[in-house]
Amino acid sequence: MDIFSGWIPQFHMNYVFQWRAVWASLPHLLEGTLVTLEITVLSMMLGVAFAIALAMGRMRTTGVWYHIATAWVEIARNTPALFQVYMAFFGLGAFGIYLSPYTAVLAAVAFNNAGYLAETLRGGFKAVPDTQMSAARSLGMSGLQAHRYVVLPQVLRIVFLPMTNQMVWAMLTTSLGMVVGLKELAGVTQLEQSRTFRTFEFFLAAAAIYFLMAKAILYSARLVAWRSMKRGA
Amino acid sequence: MNALLNTSLTGNDMLFLLKGAAGTLALTAIAVIAGSLIGVVLGVVRAERGWLLDRVLGGLCDVLRSVPLLIQLILFNSFVSLIGFPLSAFASGAIVLSLYMAVNCAELVKAGIASVPRMTRWASRSLGMTYACDLRYIVLPIGLRTVFPSWVGLSLAIMKDSALVSVLGFFELLKSSQTLITRTQEPLLLLLIVGAFYFALSFPIARLAARFERSTLR
Amino acid sequence: MIDIRAVQKSFGSLEVLKGIDITVQKGEVLSIIGASGSGKSTLLYCINGLQPIQGGSIHVDGIDVHAKSTNIDALRQKLGMVFQQWNCFPHLTVLENVALAPRVVLRKSKAEAQDLAARQLERVGLASKLNNYPSELSGGQQQRVAIARGLAMQPSYMLFDEVTSALDPELVGEVLDTMRMLAEDGMTMICVTHEIGFARDVSDRVAFFSQGIVEEIGPPEQVINAPEKERTRAFLNKVL
Repeated sequence: MDIFSGWIPQFHMNYVFQWRAVWASLPHLLEGTLVTLEITVLSMMLGVAFAIALAMGRMRTTGVWYHIATAWVEIARNTPALFQVYMAFFGLGAFGIYLSPYTAVLAAVAFNNAGYLAETLRGGFKAVPDTQMSAARSLGMSGLQAHRYVVLPQVLRIVFLPMTNQMVWAMLTTSLGMVVGLKELAGVTQLEQSRTFRTFEFFLAAAAIYFLMAKAILYSARLVAWRSMKRGA
Repeated sequence: MNALLNTSLTGNDMLFLLKGAAGTLALTAIAVIAGSLIGVVLGVVRAERGWLLDRVLGGLCDVLRSVPLLIQLILFNSFVSLIGFPLSAFASGAIVLSLYMAVNCAELVKAGIASVPRMTRWASRSLGMTYACDLRYIVLPIGLRTVFPSWVGLSLAIMKDSALVSVLGFFELLKSSQTLITRTQEPLLLLLIVGAFYFALSFPIARLAARFERSTLR
Repeated sequence: MIDIRAVQKSFGSLEVLKGIDITVQKGEVLSIIGASGSGKSTLLYCINGLQPIQGGSIHVDGIDVHAKSTNIDALRQKLGMVFQQWNCFPHLTVLENVALAPRVVLRKSKAEAQDLAARQLERVGLASKLNNYPSELSGGQQQRVAIARGLAMQPSYMLFDEVTSALDPELVGEVLDTMRMLAEDGMTMICVTHEIGFARDVSDRVAFFSQGIVEEIGPPEQVINAPEKERTRAFLNKVL
């Protein structure tokens, strides 16, 4: 990298862009995209389910549940996602658990989702004042009714945006599947480019697809939010 | 120790891991510092220089946050080779991470500036302070302080994302551990060591930042 | 002299000032009273250029406030402003709050600026609070810090925007006393206020604003004690 000879760096473009290869591989790329979306949705569903349990565990201040939940949350939030994928794929082998690339990535992303969403949910609950609960109870509602009609709708309103962002993050993180041989979008891109040597074109196409997916998630979320929260602030 | 843990890891191996850890920290430090400096400038420009510039720059920032870092790293690396300007994995990684940091930092800075009440800025302008003085002595000190905990969170995220530079071949911590794993076939132990390292750095700093945030809620 | 001629100001389609003509001479204390929304505070913000005007002109010592060629930062050094919500800088101590502008704008040395600040703070009775942060002070004390901050720039004119409205009743007195002292020292002041007693006792002239125009203006004996206009009478009956 000789940047000192001459005032202007010399760019050598000994490269002709070949987009046809990408176009020809489009079906494969789309297959990969489907896998990406599948894992994204599943990992979010699993993540939310576990997050609810974790949040409840974290809202007590003592006990076994609290410590397990805290350990999960803190490990998920303080270690790299790639590390979590490696743990799921390689690390569990020491316990005799051999996960397929698909399951490993799903497990790792879901684990991570659960950790972050647990904190989001906990924050959402804390943000709804206790007075709301008191008001509902004093109207004669049972605890369950109060939660269902008064507290939870407000919590959902607060956590909706962070949850959407988490979903976009999950989708972007599935790209780590490439490292363990999973044929999601990044993995397929890697295979195709190693076959055709068109690294730049293929990864640019992949980048574009990820961008579109991220936008799609954000806009659908905005639509859902607008439709369901039209009535009442 | 070998007998106790029944491992074939040697002292040299640990040194190798340590070098990897140093690589991780180096990447993180460069990305955080460069990214923050660029990010502050970007954030100020976006917050203060009119909505058109904000939209345009916002669009660019948006792209960098909607494409996986993994893809960005590979794309950038292949691009610089294409144009005849190949960079080392470390350099590519540092640049991409810095830009990623800058883009996210700009969002924070923008929010921080917006959090300074208009009346406070009017007070400083009323004293005859110029726009630049207002920015330098009032807005930035207050605004940056407000977003400091988020900035810490962002820096820690960069540290964790530095692991991705391993796909470009750079021997940061995770990749170093992979090399050892292929030799010793002891994935769990090595991964636990690596995980412990990240955790040991990230957890206390995150906790401190959270405490700082609670204490400055004046 | 502050010369306000035919000033018109709108926020979008809402007309707030519909033609204001006032001249304030050096050494004069002018109080502006009137109902909320009558445009009183807005006029002050127009005088020091924080708000643009859509018609008319404002000249301070012969300089057009809203002309593009005017160096507004330099002009604001002559105009001290104190706000309803004092707006102390939360990240600086009381002394630093007052010393900042002299240091940064007037380019005084740190020692000079702090000396000046200390003297102004003593003048408003806060000599013992120099190293406290604004959040540690009461509203009345913070307001006096804001006044000292404005005074430290040694302005020719001081603009007060309802500076006691946000204070608890028992804290109002200390701020009014400070303003009284400034008036006695000969400061030129324009005070937008709800404190009719202050307006009557301290001002040279009182202006009553109603719906964007100056309904009545004259010495306090006239405007407050024996108002000529019906609207003025109605307003005073409501508040007194």
